[in-house]
Amino acid sequence: MNPGLIAFFDLKNGGQISFIVLIAYMAMLIGIGVITSRLFRGTAADYFVASRGIGSFLMLMSIFGTTMTGFAIIGSSGEAFKSGIGVYGLMVSWSGIFHSLCFFFVGIKVWSYGKRYGYQTQIQFFRDRFESNTIGLVLFPALVGLVLPYILIGIIGGSTGIEKITTGAFPEAFSETKGGIPFWLGGLIMCTVVLIYIFLGGVRGAAWANAVQTILFIGLGIVTFFVISNKLGGFQAATQKVIDNNPSYLKLAATEEDKALYEERRAAFEAGEIKAPPRATDEIKPLVFFSYIFIPFSVAMFPHLFQHWLTAKSAKAFKLSVVVHPLLMMMTWLPCVLIGVWATSATKADGTLIVPLGADQNGVLPIMVRALSTPVMGGLLTAGVLAAIMSSLDSQFICLGSIFTNDIVGHYAKPRKMSDRQTLLIGRAFIVAIVVVCYLIALANRDSSVFALGTWCFTGFSGLAPLIFGALYWKRMTKIGAYASIITAAIVGLIFFSMSDLKSSGEFLVLGLMPVTFVVLASTAAMILVSLATQPPSAATINKFFTKK
Amino acid sequence: MRKLIYLFFFLLVLAHQDFWWWRTHEPLVFGFIPIGLAWHVCISIGAGMLGLLAVKYAWPANVDEIEEQSADGAPTQSRSEHS
Repeated sequence: MNPGLIAFFDLKNGGQISFIVLIAYMAMLIGIGVITSRLFRGTAADYFVASRGIGSFLMLMSIFGTTMTGFAIIGSSGEAFKSGIGVYGLMVSWSGIFHSLCFFFVGIKVWSYGKRYGYQTQIQFFRDRFESNTIGLVLFPALVGLVLPYILIGIIGGSTGIEKITTGAFPEAFSETKGGIPFWLGGLIMCTVVLIYIFLGGVRGAAWANAVQTILFIGLGIVTFFVISNKLGGFQAATQKVIDNNPSYLKLAATEEDKALYEERRAAFEAGEIKAPPRATDEIKPLVFFSYIFIPFSVAMFPHLFQHWLTAKSAKAFKLSVVVHPLLMMMTWLPCVLIGVWATSATKADGTLIVPLGADQNGVLPIMVRALSTPVMGGLLTAGVLAAIMSSLDSQFICLGSIFTNDIVGHYAKPRKMSDRQTLLIGRAFIVAIVVVCYLIALANRDSSVFALGTWCFTGFSGLAPLIFGALYWKRMTKIGAYASIITAAIVGLIFFSMSDLKSSGEFLVLGLMPVTFVVLASTAAMILVSLATQPPSAATINKFFTKK
Repeated sequence: MRKLIYLFFFLLVLAHQDFWWWRTHEPLVFGFIPIGLAWHVCISIGAGMLGLLAVKYAWPANVDEIEEQSADGAPTQSRSEHS
């Protein structure tokens, strides 16, 4: 290492070591951007859809990396800490089945139309399919409005992780965070690095960065899982401690014995006999558990995923994703869920809890890593967490730039057709503007639960899913039916959202079910009823999209 | 074969609602994974198998025939006036 740097950093300071690892990781990502920029052909088609040349492996990595975000790492461990193992069934096993189904039934078909008719965005497809120019003006705010919270999940999760893991690094400069890189600075660094590598390499740069980051976050996640379990006395000892203290966290619902144990241990804690307070028992109702079935349909309408689908070289490039995606999800979530559950009962040498009872849910994993691994390991794991987050942020940033330039600016400035250079410039300017807005919103909402924010974001996208399924598989679906579906999803979703509280620890339910149930049912009903009551699409459109060629 | 794939799909959806493990953590699989969690891990593995069956036996007939296009990503047919 450079002697000047050695003088600047104190290599005995764990926080600083973690910080150095993070900086090295960020530098590597910029390096990937520089390398992929050499493959960049300078055209908008290359920037936004990589000239439709992405093969199976890169496709799998970019789709998986894009789908997994702070929600999967920070959100999963935090939610498992809050309510136990049920989070896996709510999110992963449903998603394993339905994500692959969406890739198979939506992704491949969308790709085939993209390849045939040159679509670079979702809105271009919908405009053609519904013979409507103005549908873009309705979809644009809906899609941007739903991607924004998804970006927020990443910024909040990543910035929280950086702050917690670098605690003690610079106590004089950042006394208010006990020396950790403050939330505002961590978020700023993360967003800037993503912007640099996507500006250099476009969607191809993002795909390569996603591949590296996906391998990294799965690999580091597994290594961290082993390191943490080892420090807790091994897998069995870690789980046994939960059985002894908070057994309801290993089930979906507490038994009478679990409730009695909670009362007994709470009394012992209040009497000063034990130092680790028990956690209140929680329960997932069967209907709530089932109603999460609608959440994974959100991937069918993610604009950033849609864009990755369009980059495929051939339909065969989807095969690996359809098969392996559920397994990679399992490999990513299982360690995080177990660490979150173990955190409910893991104690320090003095008998107090490692993660305090009222700890910020988003900070559970970083606190566990910091307490139970070495600073280098902590830095590496945070790099892994950031990898999951940044591999989504990059695709989201590019897709927003793409839909703005293609669907708004490019579409309405057609008479004065823009050059590729102008298109790229406008796309990049819009991306920067969106990132600044998201960053500022994240600063003001840093305490929002990543899990709750993610669930609402997925609810919105799931509400739009009937639109894509109808557009691809139902000839009779009409333009007015499409408008009805979008507007109904927006109204019903916004009503429920306004009634909920993102900072509340409780789950917001409607008639005992997740709100997504009613959003999806209402938008589907509106689509069907209004389509049947209005004039069918033209023969030319039906021929274009439904006649086998 | 397609019917068997659909059947497998519905079995996975039914298996997801595993109310029979709702209030127990035993047996612990490998000594540390509660049965409710292990069950759902198996559903994830089942979802991968379902995907494998789908790409092997239910692959859409016409998608592999879409002609190769030029290297710069140009479409094989142009978009309509709506796009």
